[in-house]
Amino acid sequence: MTTPRPALSRRGFLAGSAVAAGAFSLGFHVPLDAEAAPGAPEINAWVVVRPDDTVVIRIARSEMGQGTLTGLAQLVAEELACDWSKVTTEYPTPGQNLARNRVWGDFSTGGSRGIRESYVAVRKGGAAARTMLVAAAAREWGVDPAGCRAEKSVITHPASGRSTTYGQVAALAATLEPPKDPPLKDPKDWTVAGQSVKRLDTLPKLDGSQVYGMDLTLDGMLNAAIRDCPVTGGKVRSFDAAAVSGMPGVRKVVQVGETGVAVIADTFWRAKTALDALPVVWDEGPNARVSSETIAAVLKEGLDAEEAFVGNKAGDVQAALRGAAKVVEATYAYPFQNHATMEPMNATARWTPERCEVWTPTQNGEAALAAAAEAAGLSPRQCEVYKIHLGGGFGRRGATHDWVRQAVLIAREMPGTPVKLIWTREEDMTHGRYHPVTQCRMRAALDEKGNLTGLQMRISGQSILAAIVPGRLGPDGKDPVTFQGLNPGGAEAAIGYTIPNLLIDHAMRNPHIIPGFWRGVNTNPNAIYLECFLDEVAHAAGQDPLAFRRKLMANHPKHLAVLNAAAERIGWDRKPPAGVHRGIAQIMGFGSYVAGAAEVSVAEDGKVKIHRIVAATDPGVAINPQQIEAQVEGSFVYGLSAALYGACTVKDGRIEQANFDTYPVMRLDDMPAVETVLVPSGGFIGGVGEPTIAVAAPAVLNAIFAATGKRVRQIPLKNADLRRA
Amino acid sequence: MFKLTINGSVREVEAEPDTPLLWVIREQVGLTGTKYGCGIAQCGACTVHIDGQAVRSCSLPVSSVSAEQKIVTIEGLSPDRSHPVQKAWAALDVPQCGFCQSGMIMASAALLAQNPKPSEQEIRQEITNICRCGTYNRVLAGIKLAAEGGEAGRG
Repeated sequence: MTTPRPALSRRGFLAGSAVAAGAFSLGFHVPLDAEAAPGAPEINAWVVVRPDDTVVIRIARSEMGQGTLTGLAQLVAEELACDWSKVTTEYPTPGQNLARNRVWGDFSTGGSRGIRESYVAVRKGGAAARTMLVAAAAREWGVDPAGCRAEKSVITHPASGRSTTYGQVAALAATLEPPKDPPLKDPKDWTVAGQSVKRLDTLPKLDGSQVYGMDLTLDGMLNAAIRDCPVTGGKVRSFDAAAVSGMPGVRKVVQVGETGVAVIADTFWRAKTALDALPVVWDEGPNARVSSETIAAVLKEGLDAEEAFVGNKAGDVQAALRGAAKVVEATYAYPFQNHATMEPMNATARWTPERCEVWTPTQNGEAALAAAAEAAGLSPRQCEVYKIHLGGGFGRRGATHDWVRQAVLIAREMPGTPVKLIWTREEDMTHGRYHPVTQCRMRAALDEKGNLTGLQMRISGQSILAAIVPGRLGPDGKDPVTFQGLNPGGAEAAIGYTIPNLLIDHAMRNPHIIPGFWRGVNTNPNAIYLECFLDEVAHAAGQDPLAFRRKLMANHPKHLAVLNAAAERIGWDRKPPAGVHRGIAQIMGFGSYVAGAAEVSVAEDGKVKIHRIVAATDPGVAINPQQIEAQVEGSFVYGLSAALYGACTVKDGRIEQANFDTYPVMRLDDMPAVETVLVPSGGFIGGVGEPTIAVAAPAVLNAIFAATGKRVRQIPLKNADLRRA
Repeated sequence: MFKLTINGSVREVEAEPDTPLLWVIREQVGLTGTKYGCGIAQCGACTVHIDGQAVRSCSLPVSSVSAEQKIVTIEGLSPDRSHPVQKAWAALDVPQCGFCQSGMIMASAALLAQNPKPSEQEIRQEITNICRCGTYNRVLAGIKLAAEGGEAGRG
């Protein structure tokens, strides 16, 4: 089995040839790699079968560590009934998708939709290919296909005792008419999908042979380092190229658009060294005096603003608050955070007046192609993007392709020469697409028996869509993503409580720092706001936080089931060990139901230790349980990093944190034991790469309250004083 | 001109004396398994062995390494992914995106070379590399498995 290999241009791909984990990775051809071997026909867009029975499965979505590549291949292979040990994969390119009327559908790999939104299409692809292979064998034998069976790439005709393999009939199969709507297996009959098979892409990651975007080498390639204006909204006033043009290796110093300056040199290190020495004068523009404090003041104003977009409404919350026996109120906030992918942004581009090619790690090859074409001044059909393995994505490499635009603009200064642009960690940290900032004022109405009669939730702050995909805003300007996990219903991210009087709305306030989809997106703050506040309300009502929630969840059995599963695993009805305290939280996001429960202790000096954390997940159908476990563990690392350490602050219009010394993240020593409880209830399919992140922080924050009596309403915890009074 | 001994071969490279060893390995020598993650010795993606010690090569000038010192990169850890750490990593499907894993594996291999049976506490203290995908618990399990020598039967 081999790792996915982008269908690269033949011209001078050096790095790949040394890396081949299997013989079939050699020799890159256009249009697609898999057809390079003679007699290796494409059965359909998803499946190529080679004469030696190797099956090449095409993967449209990007693999960035989340396991989608293996999961999608499992789904195709299941319906194809092929020998899993002979499966390999490849990426079609965005240009090929364009040329074939998007036969592979959407390339976008975000929102935990890599598998769930391909779930039917790729299985149909596998089933159609199997039907055609069987039909080809039946035709050769002159028998009825209905009397043939296919299993592990072998086709048999029991009545006559004949058998053949996929590889032997592939050429004929490829000429047959595809079936219109092939039936799909019931997941209960799966033997490859649904199983904890090993990932297809592990081995090259163990010996340095996996090629990431940053590792790409092309014939005659130069390297570039870039500095963009430190203040968003500012631009280059001047720079003194002559001061560095004589430095070792330097070929050219160029302005990149209005806002950036780059040095092109023979090596990256020489480009970076010269860039560091380059005198640049910035026009910092209108945002040069903005700070975290001024942004917080703008958001605070929004908490009481008259106008707001309504996301969820029932009854009359104002009346409920007026008539309440007790009103509970609290204000929460969520900071900017950087994705901090381990591999900083990078892209390699080669531009001529007629054609532009880009090699880059991207979560959305088609969006990268659009960005490349625009920057190249060419039509998308004159451009191509080759997806290279991603050193992390987390949303940073999906919606905006600012680094691709830069790489193409730089390459235009060197027509015909490939130029690899690599961001330094400092550039990456200070030019992110940050987790949006919001504040939230929560008000709850309790009656004299301690029942929750009303809940008001006012979110004030940033809209991701308004900043980076305004076309997806509602007709009234509302950003529906803001309400993730709080929607009145739907299959994506519905609230799990029935509250008779409810108002959830959003006063949009957009600071200049550009936001982005940050793994978990708005479920992250929304789960903290709702789940920590409900914990507060339960305590105010003198009730157990779990029992208090359960009373509101009678109409939400799937939410309740995962909450109960998490509670059972953590042992909620038993006393925790001495000094250890518990917290619990749940949310629906990305089509899945999740709940988390944590056991935490807080030392006299305020140091927090997370002993155990449990996640229960109902993704409907589980495609690869061991990879779901990996995603749950990874989600806790991402969510707990955010909870413990994650904050980017703004001073003089710019992000202050430039590297991991000032933007700490979780390391092994912080990592608690994780227990993953999978409770797939069937009948739907949800994502698993993100939803658990959202319950990490509220489960821990609620446990910290149980331990200390202190409410932390703004992460990160590193800024909270939890010392005993 | 500097002489370096990398993975058993002597290499002559042209570079400015203050060039970090990481970039010489990646750009002049052409071994790209060693990664750039931060440039300030925070993340460990650039970890290589120098005379058996785990070293963060992004913060080590090439001029400070002598030709006699033996540099081993991820490509030279074993000829066929047969180092116990690599085998344990394969058995447990440790990597996610994998970008940090060269450094994780090199740090783990150096730890086990010096302390063949580390306690969990020692592993937690010694392995300070950053992984953003969140493979820490499988890294921990992988080191324990490699230390037990139990990976062979599970690969």
